[in-house]
Amino acid sequence: MDANMFMQHFINALGLGSLYGLIAIGYTMVYGILRLINFAHGDIFMLGAYFVFFATVQYKLPWALGAFIAVSGTIVCGLLVDRVAYRPLRGAPRISALISAIGVSFFIENLAVVVFSGMPRPVVQPPLLMEAFSLGGIRLVPLAIMVPAISFIIVAALLWMIYRTKSGLAMRSISFDIETTRLMGVSVDRIIAMAFAIGSGLAAIAGIMWALRYPRVEPFMGIMPGFKAFIAAVFGGIGSVPGAMLGGLSLGFVEIMSVAFFPRLSGYRDAFAFLLLVVILLVKPTGLMGEKLEDKI
Amino acid sequence: MIAPVNAGHARRNNILTLCAGAAIALLLWQAPGYIDAYKIRIINLIAINAILGLSLNLIYGMGGMFSLGHAGFMAIGAYVSAILIITPDQKQIMWILDPIAPWVRDMRAPFLASLLAAGIVSAIFGCLVSIPVLRLGGDYLGIATLGFSEIIRILITNLTPITNGPLGLKGIPPHASLLMSYGCLAVMLLCMTRLMRSNFGNVIRAVRDDEVAAKTMGIDTLKTRVLVFTLGCFGGGVGGALMGNLITTIDPKMFMITQTYSLLMIVVVGGLGSITGSVVGAVLVTTMLEWLRFVENPITIGSLNIPGIPGMRMVIFSVLLIAVIIFRREGIMGMREFSWGWLLRDGKRGGTQ
Repeated sequence: MDANMFMQHFINALGLGSLYGLIAIGYTMVYGILRLINFAHGDIFMLGAYFVFFATVQYKLPWALGAFIAVSGTIVCGLLVDRVAYRPLRGAPRISALISAIGVSFFIENLAVVVFSGMPRPVVQPPLLMEAFSLGGIRLVPLAIMVPAISFIIVAALLWMIYRTKSGLAMRSISFDIETTRLMGVSVDRIIAMAFAIGSGLAAIAGIMWALRYPRVEPFMGIMPGFKAFIAAVFGGIGSVPGAMLGGLSLGFVEIMSVAFFPRLSGYRDAFAFLLLVVILLVKPTGLMGEKLEDKI
Repeated sequence: MIAPVNAGHARRNNILTLCAGAAIALLLWQAPGYIDAYKIRIINLIAINAILGLSLNLIYGMGGMFSLGHAGFMAIGAYVSAILIITPDQKQIMWILDPIAPWVRDMRAPFLASLLAAGIVSAIFGCLVSIPVLRLGGDYLGIATLGFSEIIRILITNLTPITNGPLGLKGIPPHASLLMSYGCLAVMLLCMTRLMRSNFGNVIRAVRDDEVAAKTMGIDTLKTRVLVFTLGCFGGGVGGALMGNLITTIDPKMFMITQTYSLLMIVVVGGLGSITGSVVGAVLVTTMLEWLRFVENPITIGSLNIPGIPGMRMVIFSVLLIAVIIFRREGIMGMREFSWGWLLRDGKRGGTQ
């Protein structure tokens, strides 16, 4: 493999990894606060992709407007999921909420089959983003640069929000101790809803960019990216936003590079992520950047 | 857990159980003459789902280990059994993507031996998987087992010389007759009630309810959990094998996470930790899933035509799962069990619990 080829794979991995990272942030924020694996998150991502498909391909709206509508619509869905399926179970054992999350995931997927039909649909990519140009011997499309760039800007903004604003402080405080935070006069349910809104918004952005990169949408498209993003979140250290991004990038690189260097393994591509998960859970369950959760007795 | 039963009652209960068993066996034996094949198939599926539900309940409800990997262990069982009972000639024809590995082609075993082999191979995998994974608790365990189940599925899809890859196996001899499935269920029920009433049953419950306390009492908690997990995987393998024999074709797509979800539904609806609950859950969930097929078929009432809605069945199914977990978390039976004493009102408001 020559240097150019490697750079091609490198950029590809950067794009895929940052998309995993964006989805992983939604998992990590909800888990950090509620200790709940939001199984439905991958399906929220799918909704984002579908909304942008309907807005731009079906109703021929401009892409910017379509993206705005898709993000808003997805945020509303994310908030609804929290309100209907998770909030009634706040005091319940964690596994109950997890089963509810599994139910919601199943529900959204099948509702998508009913409403959008089960057939995959092609997404028309805007030609502006697909005009290939050459940069030092590597052929690139603007989209390949745009995806990681947008992702990094969003993560920077999110980190600023979490560490520099009052809402961010409240969020960190809830993940530390929910009851004390309530006593300090923070509206806990509102902040949790906010975490869901941010997570869903990021998932929608990832969904839009995914639909541009792999130009088709189908109701079950969220399952695999969802699982992998969750693995990325665990790998990076669940609860940590920079960790989620780091985990996403690592996973992107592992997937793309292993197949690039060992093409015979391409059938096992999806297994790498799960293998990575099992290894990290056994070696360092807190992940790369996670804080140690103490066992309470 | 177990209500004190005096000797007379114990003998009466045993006789009642035997009579009920004989009556059910007679009904099942005669049923194919009176009921159409489709209904027989559903009744059969109930038994298989009950076996699978019970084995998941052993891991999750009784052992307290949240496992989402049952579909993977079912897959192992189904493949092992199918490979053992399909004839070498049939296998030779079926493998078209890649030539079949000679040792796979030449393996043969009678049906019952293949069931046992299915359970044992699943159990070995379960044991190997559980030793590292069971150090994790709660939801992490769920995700890790889910990961293993996906890895198993990906391996089956790719190891074409052994499994025939994505094409799956066809023409499995339909050995899973009504009596066979219910026979397996009866054996399973007997073993599970014996197990849970034994002292080891108490150990299992102790580890589930308070691991630290169990440890201080000198229980090797990891060993207990590995053993329970392995036993559950055995059940999963046998159930998967029966499923393959009932449907007569298997392929990797059959054993996706959806399969685990419906088992989870059976266990949750019936009641976590209740043997009776899993059987009740299997009856309800299986019949409901079949009955819900009508929403996907077009309906004609008089001159009114309602077109079928594909996918609607699973929407309703998932709404029910969410509703059960929000409004009746303990399921139908909770942790209670069926007993003759409860049915016949021995003593006070008797029964177990």
